[in-house]
Amino acid sequence: MDTVTIGIVVFPGSNCDHDTEFAAASFSKTTTRMLWHKEHDLQGSDVIILPGGFSYGDYLRAGSIAKFSPIMQEVIEFARKGRPVLGICNGFQVLLECGLLDGALSKNRDKKFICRHMHVRVENNRTLFTSLYHENEVLSLPVAHGEGNYYAPAETIESLEEHDQIVFRYCDAAGNVTEETNLNGSVSAIAGISNREKNVLGLMPHPERASDSLLGSSDGSRMFQGLVEHVLG
Amino acid sequence: MAYKAKIRVTLRPSILDVQGKAVQHALENLGYSSVESARIGKYIEVTINEDESAEAERIGGEICRKLLANPVMEDYSVELEKIK
Repeated sequence: MDTVTIGIVVFPGSNCDHDTEFAAASFSKTTTRMLWHKEHDLQGSDVIILPGGFSYGDYLRAGSIAKFSPIMQEVIEFARKGRPVLGICNGFQVLLECGLLDGALSKNRDKKFICRHMHVRVENNRTLFTSLYHENEVLSLPVAHGEGNYYAPAETIESLEEHDQIVFRYCDAAGNVTEETNLNGSVSAIAGISNREKNVLGLMPHPERASDSLLGSSDGSRMFQGLVEHVLG
Repeated sequence: MAYKAKIRVTLRPSILDVQGKAVQHALENLGYSSVESARIGKYIEVTINEDESAEAERIGGEICRKLLANPVMEDYSVELEKIK
């Protein structure tokens, strides 16, 4: 393809949509479309991103109401066709709620809202989203969440491991995964997972907030660049 | 006819309830040393306009599975009360 259209879904309460637009639009041949949750038309998007924020005020459970938005029916169909869908923070919560990814996110173990840079290790660089990272590379990405404690039953974790679906884990600067570096208490220190087909990725850290060295880290921008390069072929 | 569905959604016992833990510690600080645990859940009342209680019960269960509870980490119960 000659150009890439990145569709960013906007729910009432999304608040990282414009940061995501900034990060995604910084590559040549790339345009972005903001997709209001009430629409049905993905406007020719090649990639869909569900941004961070507090869709529907996090009422009931984070992401639970967003999954029934009109646009999400199209996003689910788009994902089932093997097209790329990225969910960041609240977007990850929405992907779990609508069943495109396995597991759930509950309140952080230590009851605190965590807002800081964290190190994450790239566990799998054989996905559309992580192809420009090295395996085991340590990234510095900001997190900002109160409900990022990933949970899934043991058999689901085994299946995620078996199919290389664990894409990011919290770690220290040297890449060691320990209880201390797993700040929100996630099972197996999971920070991001993909579906089995590897075309849907959800993660709690915010790559869009680490898309320029002025922001303290540009480690996140290769995720968007990888997606753009994948579409351009 | 209508039924009031009294729906309780609770975290599975295996899931850490950080809010409940904070409440339990507060009760401990207040001197209630015999309070062993506190778990926090949600209580939701839904009015369902159906003639048959079986149909109201079916709808009550379905809305829990679809929206009100997350089956990965929550359990639910539905209690029906005839209101008119």
